[in-house]
Amino acid sequence: MPGPELTDHSAAELSQALAAGETTSAEVTRAHLDRIASLDGELHAFLHVDAPGALAAAEDVDRRRAAGEPLGALAGVPVAVKDLLCTVGQPTTCGSRILEGWVPPYDATVVARLRAAGLPILGKTNLDEFAMGSSTEHSAYGPSRNPWDTARTPGGSGGGSAAAVAARLAPVAIGTDTGGSIRQPGALTGTVGVKPTYGGVSRYGIVAMASSLDQAGPVTRTVLDAALLHEVIGGHDPMDSTSIDAPPPPVVEAARRGDVTGLRIGVVKELGGEGFQAGVRARFEEAVGLLTEAGAQVVEVSCPSFAQALATYYLVMPSEVSSNLARFDAMRYGLRAFPDGVELPSAEQVMAATRDAGFGDEVKRRIILGTYALSSGYYDAYYGSAQQVRSLVARDFDRAFEQADVLVSPTAPTTAFRMGEKLDDPLAMYLQDVATIPANLAGVPGLSLPAGLAEDGLPVGFQLLAPLQADDRLYNAAAALERLLLDRWGGPLTPPLVGQVDSLVGPVGTPEVRA
Amino acid sequence: MPEITRDEVARLAGLARIQLGDAELDRLAPELTKILDAVATVSQALEGAGEVQPMSHPTPLRNVFRADELRPTLSPEQALAGAPASEGQRFLVPRILGEE
Amino acid sequence: MTTVEVGLVPFEEALTRYEPVMGLEVHVELSTATKMFCGCPALFGGEPNTHVCPVCLGLPGSLPVVNGAAVESAIRIGLALNCRIAEVCRFARKNYFYPDMPKNYQISQYDEPIAFDGWTEVEVEGPDGPERYRVEIERAHMEEDTGKSLHVGGSTGRIHGAEYSLLDYNRAGIPLIEIVTRPIAVPGDRAPAVARAYVQQLRDLVLALGVSDARMDQGSLRADVNLSLRPVGTAALGTRSETKNVNSFRSVERAVRFEVSRHAGILDAGGRVVQETRHFHEDTGTTSPGREKSDAEDYRYFPDPDLAPVAPSREWVDALRATLPELPAERRRRLQAEWGFSDLEMRDTAGAGAVDLVAATVAAGSSAQTARKWWLSELARRANEQAVELSALKITPEDVARIQALVDAGAINDKLARQVFDGVLAGEGSPDEVVAARGLAVVSDEGALTEAVDRAIEANPDVAAKIRDGKVAAAGALIGAVMKEMRGQADAARVRELILARLT
Ligand SMILES: [Mg+2]
Ligand SMILES: [Zn+2]
Repeated sequence: MPGPELTDHSAAELSQALAAGETTSAEVTRAHLDRIASLDGELHAFLHVDAPGALAAAEDVDRRRAAGEPLGALAGVPVAVKDLLCTVGQPTTCGSRILEGWVPPYDATVVARLRAAGLPILGKTNLDEFAMGSSTEHSAYGPSRNPWDTARTPGGSGGGSAAAVAARLAPVAIGTDTGGSIRQPGALTGTVGVKPTYGGVSRYGIVAMASSLDQAGPVTRTVLDAALLHEVIGGHDPMDSTSIDAPPPPVVEAARRGDVTGLRIGVVKELGGEGFQAGVRARFEEAVGLLTEAGAQVVEVSCPSFAQALATYYLVMPSEVSSNLARFDAMRYGLRAFPDGVELPSAEQVMAATRDAGFGDEVKRRIILGTYALSSGYYDAYYGSAQQVRSLVARDFDRAFEQADVLVSPTAPTTAFRMGEKLDDPLAMYLQDVATIPANLAGVPGLSLPAGLAEDGLPVGFQLLAPLQADDRLYNAAAALERLLLDRWGGPLTPPLVGQVDSLVGPVGTPEVRA
Repeated sequence: MPEITRDEVARLAGLARIQLGDAELDRLAPELTKILDAVATVSQALEGAGEVQPMSHPTPLRNVFRADELRPTLSPEQALAGAPASEGQRFLVPRILGEE
Repeated sequence: MTTVEVGLVPFEEALTRYEPVMGLEVHVELSTATKMFCGCPALFGGEPNTHVCPVCLGLPGSLPVVNGAAVESAIRIGLALNCRIAEVCRFARKNYFYPDMPKNYQISQYDEPIAFDGWTEVEVEGPDGPERYRVEIERAHMEEDTGKSLHVGGSTGRIHGAEYSLLDYNRAGIPLIEIVTRPIAVPGDRAPAVARAYVQQLRDLVLALGVSDARMDQGSLRADVNLSLRPVGTAALGTRSETKNVNSFRSVERAVRFEVSRHAGILDAGGRVVQETRHFHEDTGTTSPGREKSDAEDYRYFPDPDLAPVAPSREWVDALRATLPELPAERRRRLQAEWGFSDLEMRDTAGAGAVDLVAATVAAGSSAQTARKWWLSELARRANEQAVELSALKITPEDVARIQALVDAGAINDKLARQVFDGVLAGEGSPDEVVAARGLAVVSDEGALTEAVDRAIEANPDVAAKIRDGKVAAAGALIGAVMKEMRGQADAARVRELILARLT
């Protein structure tokens, strides 16, 4: 295959090269495994690497291709999967001690679809324990690092998938997004991340954090790659009662179109401004300017209830967490710990000792908070009120989408922060998701794509939001913006770790790029 | 101002079956109070909003049913593969207190 | 607080001072092919952990999907109990930790049951004939069953003193309908019978609907009896106890009686009834304390986000209403007419839980009266001895019909028939096999019979003389003597014929 290293190519490019016989899946997969072997010691993007499994799957696809079998677009393109999805033959730990070594007897629907589409699975990526966090520092197995600056976090909870894709350890990856866990790491690592419409991608086999908010989606380096991966994993699944039984939105077609002429773009007044880093705001405004130049109409919209979105989220999410995580009790699978100094302890005591030993601080905080919000006497004031505010958030979205086809905001208020910086201040950490949470509360789809580098030389994310089941609108607008930005930069943003570029020292807003 | 006292944390931890140590209880009580204080503002959004239905599901799905048809089960070996202990094809658990 | 066991007050005496108020919670396991939320077989028993999948084992990542047939069954039960059917209702999670519950929450329904505000009427025997009582149904809701635990070590099978427990999740996730009554306040002396009649009626009803096999002995129909007392003439409800493990109709009745006696003892002694669950013991007919319901009991119910709301359309509900079969009360009226039973006969038959058994015996060729005779006398006595339901006896209606057919054909008589029942119940085979194996056929050898008749006449000359004088009724004494000599294995009618032929 022509050009630079195999690992520098997008999934779409790899797909073409594979179809043209210019390379093989085995070759592509081995290149990524090699790169994981050389770089993941530093990044810790993976919790488990399955080289034999990935190569076997790659060789199988190569055989099928050689035999002339019709294959899907991404057949042979390797993928990394967040360690929150069940995988037969590979451990699924959720970044928690309580599930250390657990190998599920079944595949998540998303994983089954990846396998069926011929994507070799490189391994399982790191995450905050049970996807609770915004920095991947809450992983029981140690943090992942940001390839733009390894002293900084890649965001979270899906920091492992984002770091892997940003550093070219995988061309594409799967993440999950409950309050921003695909989009915020996307912003902090300069990758594309999509949270599909709730119900657009099956939750079956994805270890639940907050069932009414969780959604899996693509983590990629290009908008088209995200659409291609979205198409593989999306669509109705009878094993998930909340899966939408309707034809999925035409995301690939939209990503190839990328035309914003006449598109009404709503800038959400409440998502931005105060509390957002200057460089983040600057890149955001420039991107809006580019869209306007390309023929989009920009309007400002107001969603007043978003002011309480974070509070709402931190009641709804922990409530569901407290119930969803009750099953980790040492009876049927996972860790079993015994209380100290108790002869013949009871099941109840073993459950309590195991849950103390097996869960980390953030998980315990959320379980206790959720137990409180649901308990009798407090339910109405907390969980009940929060569910009502959710309706208001959805109503605000409905009204905003009467005025605009898509809504936009910065994805995260800051660029990548230093490891440890927010670890002792949960509220500061929670603020990372202030702009991504409203989409989860209302179920609407959201996409984050890189919008350039801030004054600190770190990537900034640009978020697009669309109405329920209008995911294609995200891809259309994002593809247009991506093209405008790439033209401006002369090529994609590349983290220093990737190699050829030692450091990025350009003027603010015009990052140095790898041609 | 809502407050989660140390005793309250202990009671909640009991409900949530987590054996928290003294140090953890001491740390969690003020932490949770601070978080609760920040999220207790939630009802402000409802002021003047009139009648608002709680939203339990983000999409308006109704009547999602499965046909009453058998699907493959796990083998007992698969079911028990992850068990901390088993005996006679059953999950072995510490003695259960409470109801017969 | 510990429960102080004070003396029991005799039931009748208790009623002179207190009035019982009952509430009945009945769990019915549906006989759908698959479980409530997954495609595993909803079968009783089986090798341990063979009817399980990621969903009913509560494995991380698994999700429930509602069995549409279970919802249909729930709606049909609701309609048969004259309930209103919810326009929209949701499933809720009931959160509490217990090893037999794989997710540590039970998917149930909380403030939005699928069926509510219904009633049914039960009939019990009063001193002046049948009395009918209306039982109000508060709700009927859908939920999932738990797994089963086996306690090992200590005294066998008991939870106390056990060293460890073994769990089988085959039952986990089997669909349950929980049917809850409003408080039932009937005259105290009728309470035990009303409770029993209500549970029997529910059993008959779900059997008629074909939605459950309703076997109390296998736990597919389980009753909890809630009971409180209040001083006669007062309105406020007292503190209730909740008695679980009530595994037969008879036990329902006994549990009510026992709890009335126990509560009265506590109240008479100036004590306070503790709100707690109690366990019923079949062997002694008593209850013992289980878990005390404390304030810490906080199930933190909330709508299950994994499941879409259920919103049965009016068309669907109407269509289901049209599928309701003849319900037990109507059917009973029809059968009574067909069988020509008196009110008393029919009530006894229903009271013994024998309507279906008699119907099946009639269907197998027996007359209604003989079928009733066998089930309500001979077999009811044996069921009572074994302390089981009639239907649990190891004999089928077809067997009963066959035994009667043998009697009708003169192959055996009633006395021999009882021995055939013994044999069949003892598992010796079909009625014909028992007759053959035990050599029970009546002696039809005319020579042997004639000799026996002659010997009887010779031995009783005065009786013979009376018969010769025309007092035919005296023949009974001679028949008895012949039957005795033949050890019962003779056809009494034929013996009578032979005696009369000799002497008249
Ligand atoms: Mg129940
Ligand atoms: Zn199952």
